[in-house]
Amino acid sequence: MKIPKTLKEMPLTPLSLPTIGSMGKTGTWRTFRPIIDYSKCTKCTLCWIYCPDAAITRRDDDSPEIDYEYCKGCGICANECPVKAIAMKREEE
Amino acid sequence: MVTIKDLPKEEYLLKGHAACAGCGPSIALRLLFKALGNKVIMVVPACCTTVIQGPYPLTCFAVPLQNMLFEATGATASGIVAALRIKGLEDITVVGWAGDGGTVDIGIQALSGAAERGTNFIYICYDNEAYGNTGLQRSGATPYGAWTTTTPKGKKERKKDMPFIMAAHRIPYVATACPSYPIDLINKLRKAREIKGTKYIHILTPCPTGWRYDTSKTIEIGRLAVQTGVWALYEIENGRFKLNPPSDRLVDKTKRKPVKEYLSMQERFRHLTDADIEKIQKWVDEDWEFYRTLTTLERCI
Amino acid sequence: MAQIVIDTANHIAGYAAKAARVKVVAAYPITPQTTVVEKIAEFVENGEMDAEYIRVESEHSAMAACIGAAAAGVRTFTATSAHGLALMHEALHWASGARLPIVMVVVNRAMGAPWSIWPDFSDSLSQRDTGWIQFYCADNQEVFDTIIQAYRLCEDERVFLPAMVCLEGFILSHTYMPVKIHDQEEIDAFLPPYKSGWTLDVNNPLTHANLVSPDWYMEFRYMIQEAMENAKRLIPEIDKEYGKRFGFQYGGLIEKYRCEDAELVICTMGTMGAEAKIAVDNLRREGLKVGVARVRVFRPFPVEEIRKLAEQTRMITTIDRHISFGMEGFLATEVKASIYHMKNKPLVAGFIAGLGGRDVTFKTIESIAKKSMKWLEKGRVEKETEWVDLKE
Repeated sequence: MKIPKTLKEMPLTPLSLPTIGSMGKTGTWRTFRPIIDYSKCTKCTLCWIYCPDAAITRRDDDSPEIDYEYCKGCGICANECPVKAIAMKREEE
Repeated sequence: MVTIKDLPKEEYLLKGHAACAGCGPSIALRLLFKALGNKVIMVVPACCTTVIQGPYPLTCFAVPLQNMLFEATGATASGIVAALRIKGLEDITVVGWAGDGGTVDIGIQALSGAAERGTNFIYICYDNEAYGNTGLQRSGATPYGAWTTTTPKGKKERKKDMPFIMAAHRIPYVATACPSYPIDLINKLRKAREIKGTKYIHILTPCPTGWRYDTSKTIEIGRLAVQTGVWALYEIENGRFKLNPPSDRLVDKTKRKPVKEYLSMQERFRHLTDADIEKIQKWVDEDWEFYRTLTTLERCI
Repeated sequence: MAQIVIDTANHIAGYAAKAARVKVVAAYPITPQTTVVEKIAEFVENGEMDAEYIRVESEHSAMAACIGAAAAGVRTFTATSAHGLALMHEALHWASGARLPIVMVVVNRAMGAPWSIWPDFSDSLSQRDTGWIQFYCADNQEVFDTIIQAYRLCEDERVFLPAMVCLEGFILSHTYMPVKIHDQEEIDAFLPPYKSGWTLDVNNPLTHANLVSPDWYMEFRYMIQEAMENAKRLIPEIDKEYGKRFGFQYGGLIEKYRCEDAELVICTMGTMGAEAKIAVDNLRREGLKVGVARVRVFRPFPVEEIRKLAEQTRMITTIDRHISFGMEGFLATEVKASIYHMKNKPLVAGFIAGLGGRDVTFKTIESIAKKSMKWLEKGRVEKETEWVDLKE
């Protein structure tokens, strides 16, 4: 199934495709940007498991990587980091 | 024992979804898939998760998902489970995923029916204590004193105790959870999957939009709900009540934080007087005396 | 082997669900539907029917369970009446919007307040706009045959819509008639295994019916309308094929009786259509040129067939076992709307009869016809909507 454009291509009832960015590039919602200080990170993966947006991926070495295209900047990762390795910076800065 | 690092990296709640920043239910959803994988069929009634999916022709869910009428989750699941049994696809887990309004209010009949029939599925109530996607109106799960758009001066009634209503159906498994304790939730989901019959899991999912707190505090507030004893983590397995860590250490009142710590972090409780807070503290303490008694019984219901 | 069974329409509906190899039945009891689901429960429990019977706690849940089961890929069946159908209302929209080929028997019963357990069409006709195909039956054999036909129609990829098969409470539901239950192999040949337009499938994970913006919504509605038009074309074809195979045929959308040279056509639905045949025979003996058109399918409405009738007659009199308060009977409205664009329109008179189960006998119909004939002679309808047998 591909994304329909015309009436002919549409399914008979709304059947939607699993897609990254179903609501668009939600990173644009962000006011504060989480920045990871990898020198402090202990690779505990708590930020990964608590991210509501699945915007943090766990690398092979268990270090986190933030996908800024989709991170909404809620700040849960920074709040929960046990070693305060994530800082929230205002986007304009 | 499972640790966070044991959990799979695969995501079946895809990023770029439409949930609010800091959404508690979204964390619970991710944990659901970490626990159960993708051999799952979901039934979702009208609730925040209707919005979270994003609009047609896209969706953030990478498992088959049936959107359904507000009050019909339990019955719809019964239909799906029956069809899967006929087709010999009983290795698929059917999950009803509904908000508190869709569970404790409008959906209680269909859920009760499904439970009484012993429908083999996991029903999850993710509880953000108000009608979230309609703009935060009071539900039967809204706690005493909380501001909502339909209780502008605070709710005057107490929260409905849904897990015990479900336990009264004598279903094999009832549990409470909170995404602030991910491993506890994962364990409960995995245990539920292995049990035949109706399994009910009630997850307290803090909601920054509705509870009026900073989006970064979702996990912290969930943790406080548990630490103050406002929300207890427990299981009722075949009628037997059991508190889970860290709630099992909180039977002793001195181990519990005062409820004020939890309430004062949320704007929805801003207007509460000291007398109100005292009343809530008293109710929480009474609940824990009740839990203490339950832990001594073979069957709590 | 085909067999003749002498039984009620409700039990016959159970036989039909079994013959259609329905896999999931979800139902809630309501008078006068109860014996439909009792019969099915019996079939399931004694192993004659390989199906799951979900004993739901309400009609709303009955339809929701059917939606879930149909979406998960099996043939489903339910039955209800009156308030049960009204309680389902929301779910009826969902079923058609989801394009699931569910078949439901509606044992027609009047709506309250006040309580009534006797028949009229106000329950099913109130669901006119839910996107369900609606069949109305005149005898028990037709109930059996229409249920089988309905599955074949609903599961046609050009249709993929749900259908209700309506039969009047007590008049049919609890009345014994001989019915031919056709040979199972023949039925299997006519009705292939369940087919639907989509399925909940872990190997093809799609989300069904999430939020649809104004950019797309209208197209989905248009497709339902197209499916209804396709159904209108297919119903006579299926009925014809069914007739060839099994020897029972019902005129497709409309069953016509002695209409060829009729000056007056009585247009009605359900058992009143059967009763009207007796009236017509009697009136014909008196020299009155009257015929009957029994509308068998109300949705999609047979507009073209009504027009054809209107071309060859001078007057159409509708008898509605239903009233749309503040207007008239639906049949009267639809007939008038159907012929609006014709140059030489026949007269149309509407009669309301049989509400809440009041008897409509051939004598009632004869008097309606005679009154209509009088108006025809005068060249005008004196009363657009006349209530029959009303107390003074």
